[in-house]
Amino acid sequence: MMIVKEIFETMDYGPAPESAAEALAWLVDQGDRFGHFINGAFTKPGDGFESRNPATGEVLATLSQASQADVEAAVDAARKAQPKWEGLGGGGRARYLYAIARLLQKHSRLFAVLESMDNGKPIRESRDIDIPLAQRHFYYHAGMAQLMENELPDAEALGVCGQIIPWNFPLLMLAWKIAPALAMGNTVVLKPAEYTSLTALLFADICTQAGLPKGVVNIVTGDGVVGEMIVASDVDKIAFTGSTSVGRRIREATAGSGKELTLELGGKSAYIVFDDADIDSAIEGLVDAIWFNQGQVCCAGSRLLVQEGIADRFYTKLRARMDGLRIGNPLDKCIDVGAVVDPVQLQTIKGMVEGNTAGETYQAVCDLPKNGCYFPPTLITGLETSDPLMQEEIFGPVLVSSTFRTPVEAVELANNTRYGLAATVWTENVNLALDIAPKLVAGVVWVNATNLFDAAAGFGGVRESGFGREGGWEGLNAYTKSKGKTKALAKVEAVSGEGAPVDPVDRTAKMYVGGKQARPDSGYSKPIYGKSGLLGHVGLANRKDVRNAVEAAVGAKGWARTTGHLRAQILYYIGENLSARAAEFAHRIDAMTGKKTGAKEVETSIQRLFTAAAWADKYDGQVHGVPIRGVALAMKEPTGVIGALCADEAPLLGLVSVMAPAIAMANRVVLAASEPYPLAATDFYQILETSDVPAGVVNILTGSHAELAGPLASHLNVDAVWSFSSRDVSAEIEKAAAGNLKRTWVNNATATDWSVDHSRKFLQAATEIKNIWVPYGE
Amino acid sequence: MESQSTQSTETPVRTAHLPLVTEPRNPGTELDLDWVRAVQANTSAIERRAATLPGRRSVKKDYQAAWLLKAVTLIDLTTLSGDDTVGRVRRLCAKARQPVSDALLDAMDMPAITTGAVCVYHDMIETAVTALKGTGIPVAAVSTGFPAGLSPFHLRVAEIEESVKAGAEEIDIVISRRHVLSGNWQALYDEMKAFRVACGDAHVKAILATGELGSLRNVARASLVCMMAGADFIKTSTGKESVNATLPVTLVMIRAIRDFYDRTGYRVGYKPAGGISKAKDALVYLSLIKDELGDRWLQPDLFRFGASSLLGDIERQLEHHVTGAYSAGYRHSMG
Repeated sequence: MMIVKEIFETMDYGPAPESAAEALAWLVDQGDRFGHFINGAFTKPGDGFESRNPATGEVLATLSQASQADVEAAVDAARKAQPKWEGLGGGGRARYLYAIARLLQKHSRLFAVLESMDNGKPIRESRDIDIPLAQRHFYYHAGMAQLMENELPDAEALGVCGQIIPWNFPLLMLAWKIAPALAMGNTVVLKPAEYTSLTALLFADICTQAGLPKGVVNIVTGDGVVGEMIVASDVDKIAFTGSTSVGRRIREATAGSGKELTLELGGKSAYIVFDDADIDSAIEGLVDAIWFNQGQVCCAGSRLLVQEGIADRFYTKLRARMDGLRIGNPLDKCIDVGAVVDPVQLQTIKGMVEGNTAGETYQAVCDLPKNGCYFPPTLITGLETSDPLMQEEIFGPVLVSSTFRTPVEAVELANNTRYGLAATVWTENVNLALDIAPKLVAGVVWVNATNLFDAAAGFGGVRESGFGREGGWEGLNAYTKSKGKTKALAKVEAVSGEGAPVDPVDRTAKMYVGGKQARPDSGYSKPIYGKSGLLGHVGLANRKDVRNAVEAAVGAKGWARTTGHLRAQILYYIGENLSARAAEFAHRIDAMTGKKTGAKEVETSIQRLFTAAAWADKYDGQVHGVPIRGVALAMKEPTGVIGALCADEAPLLGLVSVMAPAIAMANRVVLAASEPYPLAATDFYQILETSDVPAGVVNILTGSHAELAGPLASHLNVDAVWSFSSRDVSAEIEKAAAGNLKRTWVNNATATDWSVDHSRKFLQAATEIKNIWVPYGE
Repeated sequence: MESQSTQSTETPVRTAHLPLVTEPRNPGTELDLDWVRAVQANTSAIERRAATLPGRRSVKKDYQAAWLLKAVTLIDLTTLSGDDTVGRVRRLCAKARQPVSDALLDAMDMPAITTGAVCVYHDMIETAVTALKGTGIPVAAVSTGFPAGLSPFHLRVAEIEESVKAGAEEIDIVISRRHVLSGNWQALYDEMKAFRVACGDAHVKAILATGELGSLRNVARASLVCMMAGADFIKTSTGKESVNATLPVTLVMIRAIRDFYDRTGYRVGYKPAGGISKAKDALVYLSLIKDELGDRWLQPDLFRFGASSLLGDIERQLEHHVTGAYSAGYRHSMG
């Protein structure tokens, strides 16, 4: 024990422990054993598992492993409670959410201490970041509930939401999931991670204190098996945050079920430092990027890219900064890095670092506690993109690094990943920052800052980092659907027939790929009959035609950089040219369908084109009111390459309704024409050819939807697949989409009324929202 | 130094804890404009670091007491008022000699300590030097037309020379803010260099008056230029600007000191002045210095607080540490 006189000389930091007494007392009060929180009450504790403090290994409580019956009871309770909860109205729900926010605030220290004991994160983080942000989410969404009826008049709750959350931000992820779900009138069944369930159970206590109606929030504990049970249960939506591999399995498991799905998955987020950056601040930013929460952060800036000219100096300063980090007891108020969540995770991190032979590894010169799950802050420099550690998520306090020469190269390196969660850019040049931010493939970009979060700004990724946003107006899409009943969609069959061609001169309908008319790779065609006889032949596209069409669409990337004004001009032009040939198109439609709706369908299609043209330069992003001096710009970006199986029943309108909003939002599309009535689509490419549509922006295939669905949905260079086909392909598409976790929008055999303008829904599906945080101040 | 103890005669006579001054003085460098112009300071990021620091570092119990005692030894006990008199300065010097009561020091088994220096206007140097004779406590004088620094240049230089002659061992000069605001780094460099020369063996602290420099980037650049011109210390403020020492400004200045040390091998001292009046604030400053610059900078030859009311709050906290009861200001001798 040092005495004052000695400390006066050494000027060491001493221990500064936060007391665990209150949290331990709460656990004792609960009998150190927990059941599940179902229908407003805790069940009797059952067989289960121990929850341990990773810093000490001590057992904190025994938790129950939920059975199938438990999960069913929870879903049942949520189902029963949902109509009344939704019926309460936004104002009524707002009061409960407000009460929860207040209670979280009143018990903030208890939550913080319990969180740090259970998870191993420093008390500074749970106290100053996790718990305040959780409160903020409930306050913010109390407001959203209040505004719902006026601001989202066409939206209603999805119903019962199954929510599965990870162990890195236990209470915060709970808040991100529960607050918006409840605000929009849903009820929930939530499963916390088995390592870190305690604050969720304390939250259940809070729900009781807030007088929340029974069954609105249900919490079941257990491992991944319980998660699978929830995914398979009778819920309307699954929201998952966790690893990409589990997310992929959930995508496959829910394919074709009609369950809504949002996934917030892994990342390998780039942290780019240009040579004109405030280097000391950029280094301090790394402390918050990769040594925050022991690096167990999905959006951790784990991939450092430094401009060559400053790399040596930057690394030297960074290593010195690393040595200043204090690692140890998470409940110590003077600790920067706490314990890794579990020995299993620690082993994974160790294994990955020890398995790496590339580059130069530096570990912080700092004291590590002898016991507990601790890993030193680590920097590995000189890695190349081909090194596994530059590609794989480590989910620990390990930073990997490489250098770049130019802004262009920085963007290329940053985007050379399957993930797309977040990115950080450091430069004092506003031109550079605002040029780079939109080019980075990520859902969140921080300029001269990192790991900024707020309930008002959406969070979520692109590519294999998942889909859906949490927070902001954009986050509400994940918990609402459009009002209205759905109708079943019957399979639309082609007119069968025989006989001579109606038109004595053979007209060969081709496909349209890369701005050129293309014959099918297969060399096969099929006849299309109308009531009056043979109308023509269309090619039968196969997987190679899909490949060629996607290649063309990917190649037309310049379209994504065009202005809304230009796209509007082109869409108007398409409408104009279609209008000029309206009678011919109407006739063709009538001939194929045997109905007399052609004229109306053409007219509505022209309307759709004009509407899309109107939106092209008006579907604006937002500036979110986040609590910093700065802005969070919610920019709408094109989804990318969209493959779509167009409606069978409306051969022209179905295609135009998909194509127009998609290209208005700067996407490129690969469209499979109506299977029974493909000739309207093949006529339509003549319109495209005369309307200044750049090659590759729109590609049209004909043939069997069942044949094309698989190759399109599994294609790793396609960003989204939509299906309005009357063929039973929804499940196949969603299953195959798991490959690169592309976005899907399938009809699950429900009908769409194409006479109604659904442009809003299409615009939403055709865009990704990227939040660019730009703090400012001189 | 005589013991001021009112305790039993068995109390050993205390000797002041004198800083070990072995640091070679910064001789300065050529003016390197490439370096100066490359310096960046991102205000938002710096403010975030400053705002979260108090939550990241905590010093408790005996450690806190020791840190507060250290803070006492780093104080430039200051009086810079138009109504300063000989009597007032003597009282201040007495406080500098015995900043914390023997009773408290005994309770913590601490030897005697003194403040880092006493800081006065030129006219009070002689009084202070006399009052501090034999204690080893240096007298610092503010100079060069303090606080505005707008008197004729030759008079500002002469003022330094007079003050050194009068016995000041440390001279706190004010820079011409207009040189910074107009980006005239050469003029700033030349001015600072002339002041340094005028100081001779006396150490020179360059007061940047950061509250009047317009931006943190200017603070960073002015810090560097002054160090290049041979400043021994860089100091935030005169205490007379509307904004004085702040954590963001501190971060910028000590990062400049760190860069200067990394490139030249010379350690320059840092003195935040004005606005630091709470023991808790002092602890935050010390942890910032410790983390950004290292323990070596936690000694009086490299760090000072320019403060007048800070000591009183520290004394109350120390008494609380010793007795467990919150203290009252009147229980501690005024300075």
